[in-house]
Amino acid sequence: MSETDTISTFRHIVTLFRKDLLLELRQQYSFYGILLYIGATIFVLFMALEDPDTRVWNGLFWVIQLFICINAVAKSFLQESRGRMLYFYSVASPTAFVLSKLLFNSVLMLLMSSLSLLLFTLFLGNPLQKAGPFIGLVLLGGWSLSLVFSFLAAIAAKAQQNAAIMAVLGFPVIIPQLILLMRLSGAAFSPLLEIPLPTVLMLVALDALIVLLAVILFPFLWKD
Amino acid sequence: MHKSWWKITAVVLLVYTFIMGFLGEVPRLPLLQETIRNLYFHVCMWFAMMILFTASVVNSIRYLRTFQYKYDIYARHFAVVAIVFGLLGYATGAIWASFTWADPNKPATDSFSTIARDPKLIGAAIALLVYFAYLILRDSIQDMDKKARISAVYNIFAYAILFPAIWILPRILPSLHPGNDGENPALDVKNDIDGSMRLVFYPAVIGWTLLGVWITTLKIRLSLLNEKKMSA
Repeated sequence: MSETDTISTFRHIVTLFRKDLLLELRQQYSFYGILLYIGATIFVLFMALEDPDTRVWNGLFWVIQLFICINAVAKSFLQESRGRMLYFYSVASPTAFVLSKLLFNSVLMLLMSSLSLLLFTLFLGNPLQKAGPFIGLVLLGGWSLSLVFSFLAAIAAKAQQNAAIMAVLGFPVIIPQLILLMRLSGAAFSPLLEIPLPTVLMLVALDALIVLLAVILFPFLWKD
Repeated sequence: MHKSWWKITAVVLLVYTFIMGFLGEVPRLPLLQETIRNLYFHVCMWFAMMILFTASVVNSIRYLRTFQYKYDIYARHFAVVAIVFGLLGYATGAIWASFTWADPNKPATDSFSTIARDPKLIGAAIALLVYFAYLILRDSIQDMDKKARISAVYNIFAYAILFPAIWILPRILPSLHPGNDGENPALDVKNDIDGSMRLVFYPAVIGWTLLGVWITTLKIRLSLLNEKKMSA
């Protein structure tokens, strides 16, 4: 790719990202829908559990992240109609399109993850011994989840399926990352345990792999 | 005898595996005793499964490079047969674990949740779930071309994430499984297996894998014939 191509791809990404942001701002119901989903789920947990154990807290937190991610990310490709996809196909490259989606969903999921962490600590107590590293892990985890499910949303949208198939496709793929995240964040509940840096780097490497795979494989998905 | 040498090899190797597996000499280690014979069956199932899954992904890649429908059929049938080998791997593993890992003072079901947490069992479960999802995705799409393309993309994506995962998980989770102390999370064939057993183990892996490929080719031929009949 020459330098001008790189610059134009970058411009396309920014434009497509702004388009998604604008759509989100105009059709606020979906954004508020996710907020309500987070609030309602955590409130149900608050009703179901009284003062959970740290391990339960950690496990529930990541499972809730998983469900929030499916709900937040599912619509990103499903909302694009056939005609609009055809239009994007004629004006932008698949790389720019998929990267803009990944970027937008990452930002959305980072926001939702932080919010759910805030609600979790409010409702279910704050057992965190190391708040800083845990927040870092939550952001990294939210990012990982959003990347995997964005790509699976693209697959589900192409297969003209609902969000249910996304869960079926995504759960086995995300299990390793969830195990890593749960293990890592377990250390944040005890003052003595260290969070091992190589494992964190492994997660970042997995995320990079997912972005790479999305860029390579998306062109095959979107032409009809 | 058109290209049948490898089928004959498969039969000969498997007959050898069964004879040596049941009658050959094995070292009688404490705890393992005669159950070590399961090595020729249980471990070979996983080897065959991984090789067949890899064959499935290779065919998916070939499909995306050439867009020839037959490669999609290859990929699907390799995945199905690999799943069968995976289930057989679980079955043989369950027999082995019930004699070695399970607490003899309790009913076997009590030990299940402890044993199922083993990282290698988790890895295998993830692999099987991925390919069940692959089959569901593939069968849910009506349009033939779209079906082939989308399922190939999922196959490659899932496989590419599965492999680092299977490599990472055993390093961070505790396990009773062999091959866990050193750096190598897979079975360390050179150090874990007695020399005379390796003489049976390697042929057994090749024999079982060839049998898997043979079954797959039969399924592929049947399915291609069906396609031809439908289009004719």
